[in-house]
Amino acid sequence: MNTVAAIDPRHAAGQRLRERVFHGATFLAAVLVLALLGGVAVSLLAGSWPAFVHFKLSFLTREIWNPVTEQFGALAPVYGTLVTSFLALLLAIPVSLGIAIFLTEMAPAWLKRPVGVAIELLAAVPSIIYGIWGLFVLAPVLQRHVQPWLIAWLGPLPLIGKLFQGPPYGIGVLTASFVLAIMVIPFISAVMRDVFETVPDVLKESGYGLGATTWEVIWQVVIPYARTGMIGGIMLGLGRALGETMAVTFVIGNAHRIGSSLLAPGTTISASIANEFTEAVGELYSSSLIALGALLFLITFSVIAAARFMLLRLERRALSSV
Amino acid sequence: MNRRTIRQLTNVLALGLSGLATAIGLFLLGAILWTLIRNGLAGVSLKLFTAMTPPPGGSGGLLNAIYGSVVMTVIGILIGGPVGMLAGTYLAEYGRSARISALIRFVNDVLLSAPSIIIGLFVYELLVVRMGHFSAIAGAVALAIIAMPVTVRTTEDMLNLVPQGMKDASTAMGAYQWRTITNVIYPAARSGILTGLLLAVARISGETAPLLFTALNNQFWSSHLAAPMANLPVVIFQFALSPYPNWQQLAWSGALLITLSILILSISARLVVSSLNSGGRH
Repeated sequence: MNTVAAIDPRHAAGQRLRERVFHGATFLAAVLVLALLGGVAVSLLAGSWPAFVHFKLSFLTREIWNPVTEQFGALAPVYGTLVTSFLALLLAIPVSLGIAIFLTEMAPAWLKRPVGVAIELLAAVPSIIYGIWGLFVLAPVLQRHVQPWLIAWLGPLPLIGKLFQGPPYGIGVLTASFVLAIMVIPFISAVMRDVFETVPDVLKESGYGLGATTWEVIWQVVIPYARTGMIGGIMLGLGRALGETMAVTFVIGNAHRIGSSLLAPGTTISASIANEFTEAVGELYSSSLIALGALLFLITFSVIAAARFMLLRLERRALSSV
Repeated sequence: MNRRTIRQLTNVLALGLSGLATAIGLFLLGAILWTLIRNGLAGVSLKLFTAMTPPPGGSGGLLNAIYGSVVMTVIGILIGGPVGMLAGTYLAEYGRSARISALIRFVNDVLLSAPSIIIGLFVYELLVVRMGHFSAIAGAVALAIIAMPVTVRTTEDMLNLVPQGMKDASTAMGAYQWRTITNVIYPAARSGILTGLLLAVARISGETAPLLFTALNNQFWSSHLAAPMANLPVVIFQFALSPYPNWQQLAWSGALLITLSILILSISARLVVSSLNSGGRH
């Protein structure tokens, strides 16, 4: 059949045309990826324009959020987003590191795969499930057993005591951070496991050969070697935590204020948008919410871009060393 | 205590903590599943799959929400899947070393982890504002935009696994590149691409945030793509936060349903991969 194709000029022309069409279609689809990101940026900018024109820079510096008088400022949600994500990382990093160490250096071969898959499944659970679990299971547990303890023991301390005062609501900034931590653990530990596996065995064996314990090899050989990749994984987790919506919306309490206590209700950018966007009346209100979205886009974009850049550099190094 | 004992104690302590961290992770997965089963199972009956979402206090099921979720997920993957496959094909074959491919890969990775609520806002501006109302098709487009980067990534990775020798053999027979790709490379990478699609379906079928301002919700049966459509995630969101016990029960049953289907999807995607790997070794 192919010999016929080579002889028949009309058939050959048809083949060339199909080649051009297919090549063009794949190229268009690939460029669509770029167009999507551009479209997202442009539409967010256009939607938030009225709010930025009206409030100018004060949008970024004011805490007020009053739909009745149409006064809006982004400070409380931005603060909430940053604080919950930071606390979530603080809780998630040690646990993720532990899981990665267990999976790469400790677990016997038959245990590696099932445990690894179970942790990955934790990442597949949709965020709304974390939301209702956080609200109906985790929040009451924290309210009854953890928060009274924090208030009694840490509340009276100078400096950090302020963070743990007030009544135990159950829901609030701390609970949201806990839920976020649980959600990012599988992402961070998966990346850490993958970078730990790129550490050449020869390096580890020379550590053991010098009489180092497993932990000393991990701390002094594996972790320094994998540092860039680990930071990349942490930043990916951070990007995830910053933009997480449904789980936080359930447990943060949705109060547009900056409380000094971590036990008090607060809000984040994504929770504000999820809660208020469909009910926002008036151009200024919805435009302010879209402006919040634009800020979130800017923050997560920089974090994710930085993370990808680091992981990319690591990949190049791995390739060049092969 | 001499130095040696201290070093060994540190070692035991650190490794013990690592084991503890893993136990915490496994415990959390177990705790979430157990809560879902305990609270959700009570509401699972035939009615759940045959009746519409009820008014507060009435009895009903989740039929319209299940239907809406399936419809929007299917349309989403039907749009996002093929487009993502084509883009992945460009990155792996035609544009493997083109300068623009590096940029596309990077942007795709950014989209892969971009907050889904932002995608919801984008589609709201793009479709809902123009059409003047919420609609199922807007929801499906939002899901397609989330599914696409996943498919681009997995397709590129899977096509790269196809041995260069197979491609060269096809080219040597005089085949044009499109013919090589569709007749040689795609069949060779079939299970891998299928896995990517399954993972994309798992990813979008639980998404809530992008549906809030696109498909919204619908108390009633609707198969109209231009109208708001009920879907499981948004129904779970609204019913779980409501004060009505019958709505809360439905929310738990819906949560159980959606989690089980996603876990089954993810596990079967992994089974496809592992059967692929063991098949390759023999």
